[in-house]
Amino acid sequence: MTSNSKLKIAIASGKGGTGKTLLSTNLASFLSEKEQTLLVDLDVEEPNDSLFIKAKETGTIEQFKMIPRWDENKCTLCGECTKNCKFHAVVQMGTFIAVFKELCHSCYACSELCPANALPMEPHKMGITTEYKNGNLTFIESRLEIGEEQAVPLIHKTHNLVEATHSDTPFQLFDCPPGTSCPVVAATQNAHFVILVTEPTPFGLHDLKLAVETMRKTEKKFGVVINKSGLGNHEVERYCAEEQIDILAKIPFDRKIAELYSQGKLVYREVNAMAEALTQVVNFIQNTLTVEKSIASL
Amino acid sequence: MKEIVVVSGKGGTGKTSITAALAVLAGNSAIVSDCDVDAANMHLLLQPDFASKTEFYSGVLAEINQDTCIQCGICANTCRFNAIPLVNNQYKIDPLACEGCGYCQKVCPQKAITLHERKSGQVFISTTKVGSTMVHAKLDIGAENSGKLVAKVKSNSQQLAKEQNKEFIIVDGSPGIGCPVVSSLSGANYVVLVTEPTVSGLHDLERIYSVVKRFRLKAGCIINKHDINPEKTKEIIQFLNAEKITHLANIPYETQFVDAMTNAKTIVEVESQAKNIIKETWEKIKHDISKN
Repeated sequence: MTSNSKLKIAIASGKGGTGKTLLSTNLASFLSEKEQTLLVDLDVEEPNDSLFIKAKETGTIEQFKMIPRWDENKCTLCGECTKNCKFHAVVQMGTFIAVFKELCHSCYACSELCPANALPMEPHKMGITTEYKNGNLTFIESRLEIGEEQAVPLIHKTHNLVEATHSDTPFQLFDCPPGTSCPVVAATQNAHFVILVTEPTPFGLHDLKLAVETMRKTEKKFGVVINKSGLGNHEVERYCAEEQIDILAKIPFDRKIAELYSQGKLVYREVNAMAEALTQVVNFIQNTLTVEKSIASL
Repeated sequence: MKEIVVVSGKGGTGKTSITAALAVLAGNSAIVSDCDVDAANMHLLLQPDFASKTEFYSGVLAEINQDTCIQCGICANTCRFNAIPLVNNQYKIDPLACEGCGYCQKVCPQKAITLHERKSGQVFISTTKVGSTMVHAKLDIGAENSGKLVAKVKSNSQQLAKEQNKEFIIVDGSPGIGCPVVSSLSGANYVVLVTEPTVSGLHDLERIYSVVKRFRLKAGCIINKHDINPEKTKEIIQFLNAEKITHLANIPYETQFVDAMTNAKTIVEVESQAKNIIKETWEKIKHDISKN
């Protein structure tokens, strides 16, 4: 935990559909019954938290990334820009310079190294961030525009916005994109603790191992929540025991949970086992981080 | 040769289980292609032999020569990705943050920065348990450009399908709506959308279909776990009708999917309600494609 006791928890998973959104939305709502809580949906390609969080929209901003625009009046066709772009986003076609915005990483090399200043950087809309509020709960969602291909710049922008406007909120939850590649690394980068949600199936185990590898490579503290516990087999638990990975809680396999979730309802209010699992998760994280803090202060 | 791409937008709808089942039904008439490279799972059901492996390189990574670096910090100020932190009085490249734009190399007055090719994954060509050829891949942890790795898997699959004169390529598509799924869809003849009747299932179906529409691709939809929420299933069917998407099948919620998976089998290899439904679906897909 940071010195001023704010807790940033990322909820991630290797495999999609394991219950990341289920846990994020239920945990956020559960925490907000007692404390100021922030939930941020960073699964920008398919943001789903808003389907479960009933809150009032309080603001929206458009998010831009910077891309170069070719100024043909200034351009001398020297070809520097095409040499400087490692992403083939700036390409010379005869006497024309084409900019492929979906390939551009906004590195500014073409623009700032252009001897004729013929490639000024201009904002290009990549998504929208919306803020909602309901009592103690603030919910922020970022949504990638259809046709935009890069999630990472929007994830970074969202982090910056949260830092600038909500850094004082005591509980901050970040619902991450699935997978193990750059979007999830970007989404978990500010977290004090990462919860990996998995299911006790061969697919769940396989992708959990990848997610664990990612967490170890980025040196994140993490633990596992097993969703749909009772289904499949015990290989996930065996793996966690062997690797000395903490299992924070198990959410039982229960058709009732699937049904409530399918209707967009929060599950912990109707299923006791879910509320118990959430309590275990919160206690675990608070204990772990408090112990570390007191060790650090010795 | 016809390319069938299975996508879902949302994870956990049963996309991979259904794709693997279609691959078993297609047998040796198809090349199987796993484009879900970020968390590839289909090999767990199709048991490929990993016979051939090639390293996949994509992009570059910067490196600072500490012997010639004078700690002027110009590179760190130039980098838009905050990938050059000062650690113990040395500027170092953070490989997870470096996007390989090479701008730092251009501005370094000492020419202390070099760019190296970056390994970002592996591509495998295998024979599956049903004798078909499968192209699959593993993306390195935290690697970028999974879209490029997907494109590589696709182009290998297309080449093999031509060489082996196959009727079909069956592709397990990537999740989401971004670069990887766009790469998965390029070259497709038919898209199978797998969804579930949940608020998020429908939401993600609409988002992924708006991507599919941009490619003007013919599509059919399988509603998995249809009985979990009959109201939502109705809503999905209305959406399919409005968009002229073929409603291929409703599959009931049953734990046989997981039981089969636990035994490294597809749902069509065990007794289940889904078995016959998916067999019929495969016939429908073939029929739908031949109409083009």
